Amino acid sequence: MSNGTARIPVTVAEVLEVNELIKRFRFVRTGGGHLPTFSGGSHVVVEMNDQGTRRLNPYSLMSDPADTSSYTISVRRDDMGRGGSLFMHRQVTPGMQMQIGPPVNLFPLDLRGRKHLMIAGGIGITPFMAMTAQLDARGERFELHYAARSRALGAYMDFLETRYGDRVHLYVDEEGQAIDLAGLLSRQPIGTHLYVCGPKPMLNWVLSTARKMGWPDGAVHSEEFLGAPVGKRFQVELAAAKKTITVEGNQSLLEAIEAAGVEAPYLCRGGACGQCETDVLHCDGHIEHNDHWLTAEQKASGTKIMTCVSRFEGKRLVVDR
Amino acid sequence: MGLDFFKQETFRDDYTFRNSPEAIRRFPFPFAEDSYMYSVNMEPHVAGPKGSVFEHMFDVDEHYLSEMRDRAMVLRDDPLRCQSLPHMTLAGWDLLELIMESKARDYPDWFELHKTGNRWTWINRPMEIEQTFTFLNESTLPHGPMEYITRQTQGDFTLQDQRDNNLWIDAGMVTTQADWSLDFDIGMGFHEWHAPVPHAHQMGVFDRALKFLLKLQLGAPVRRFNWTMTVDPILDTSPETYPKWGPSKATLTLDNIGHRQHLRVELQSLHRLPRSNAIAFPIRAYLIKFEELVTMPKWARRLHRVVRDVHPDLATYKGFLRNRDLMVQYLSQFDDGKPTSPGWWPEPE
Repeated sequence: MSNGTARIPVTVAEVLEVNELIKRFRFVRTGGGHLPTFSGGSHVVVEMNDQGTRRLNPYSLMSDPADTSSYTISVRRDDMGRGGSLFMHRQVTPGMQMQIGPPVNLFPLDLRGRKHLMIAGGIGITPFMAMTAQLDARGERFELHYAARSRALGAYMDFLETRYGDRVHLYVDEEGQAIDLAGLLSRQPIGTHLYVCGPKPMLNWVLSTARKMGWPDGAVHSEEFLGAPVGKRFQVELAAAKKTITVEGNQSLLEAIEAAGVEAPYLCRGGACGQCETDVLHCDGHIEHNDHWLTAEQKASGTKIMTCVSRFEGKRLVVDR
Repeated sequence: MGLDFFKQETFRDDYTFRNSPEAIRRFPFPFAEDSYMYSVNMEPHVAGPKGSVFEHMFDVDEHYLSEMRDRAMVLRDDPLRCQSLPHMTLAGWDLLELIMESKARDYPDWFELHKTGNRWTWINRPMEIEQTFTFLNESTLPHGPMEYITRQTQGDFTLQDQRDNNLWIDAGMVTTQADWSLDFDIGMGFHEWHAPVPHAHQMGVFDRALKFLLKLQLGAPVRRFNWTMTVDPILDTSPETYPKWGPSKATLTLDNIGHRQHLRVELQSLHRLPRSNAIAFPIRAYLIKFEELVTMPKWARRLHRVVRDVHPDLATYKGFLRNRDLMVQYLSQFDDGKPTSPGWWPEPE
């Protein structure tokens, strides 16, 4: 829940280049033994020491939850990001010792579902790799629709087709294939739960289409981890700690708070879970709210900030931390 | 410890339940100060001092076999005390695994768990059970996984499903409850099943507790105390059987209250479950007679002050308002007005 959370020491067992953008990493527990059992949809926070900068990035667990001998994640390289994915791609090699947090699930299956309909875009496939394995083992009914820009970038398409046959449907953008979403949603039996993970435009498209077609909110589930965006350098006053800190352009506010030695709560580090919500005591300027936790009214009021993804531009910002 | 550690006693009819001096000494007295009001009183459920009820994840004490026999009788008379909605079977397996692994690790003389892949053998020596089964295959156990393991584990259990930013009480084994009904509450959301509790809603206790629990992490269980009062050592004080135990509240006298009035303490813990992402909520009830409790002078002084000063709405909700004056009269004999030390650990004098 915060910096006090137990860490799991792991060793990188394998690094695989899946395609030009994606690398896959397999971790085993350092010193041997099993890793904690997890549920499909869980993520772990991977801790990186990037030349003295501590980075903590969340990645979905994609391995079979029934196999706790190792954990597997996939990392898509983001050349414009703050540097976490670049660190993973360039610095992490087999045999390296790292630390991860315990699995946390902010995108769980609704086990009441009579059928589970999953829609993935690009790297958003990773949580569904674990979910499909879990559902298949329990004999549950599921269907996966997976879209990627090109065949080369459609990581795991072959694996999924081999394993699940006609329960998996693939769509390649550059071959002009697209999901017939309205048709798909109109064909689902009562009791179907819909899950979507992928880039923001896809998420918005699926969620708004489902809503327009009358799907109940409780039957529609989505996950979008935002990478904390880069931006301009800014200063923040931490009222409780009585410190003024500088947040660098390639650093998140949360990372800067941690670097100053101040304890701050977090869980997902992707703007989704609400754990890092912090009161704004004074704001003379503009808060860039990048999360999807705060309501529109809360964002407009300027009294709260999610330190993991949101930034500031202006004269003076004071937060209760 | 050998198997003769376990006492043979009853929680009904002739009420032979007693606490040994050792059981009194380790009793989880719930009051850390001389007054009581609701709060979000949760702390990490980490191992406590040797011999305490916190030493292990699931405490097994001298009443184990007798409590399990009483549970079997309650279930025989009313099978609806154990229910699990269809989507909670996986959570039941999670609970079975958590309890079996904990007990085999913490009490190796009494419990063993052997695994060959998904083929598991469970040995429960006190209850003379040896069961080989296939993990995650319901057809290989005589009951569903939650019912199977909670017929062998002290305390009530509920399993909360997590969805729509809420917790739903969708399964449970409830036979040692303080006047609430699983059959009535099953399927309810967090605020619904807590609706009868006075004052706490207005204090925002449940909003904060729910927010906290939704983020409960794997491998980081938490615990809290709750308490009430029970006349005679009855584990099964349920709404369904109220005619059997309710009227006894009207039969207390200054002469019999020390023997018949019990403080009932619930050690509640909350555990995130790995496969189902549900939350297990064990509610372990401990009973102590007033005459047993007053053998610890600090507890006697403090209980007197708490009962005397507790808000009447809480005394009403907990069902002892009608006997409060009698309790205070009895307990006042053991309160010389001296200060008490902070914390709930006993201080024999």
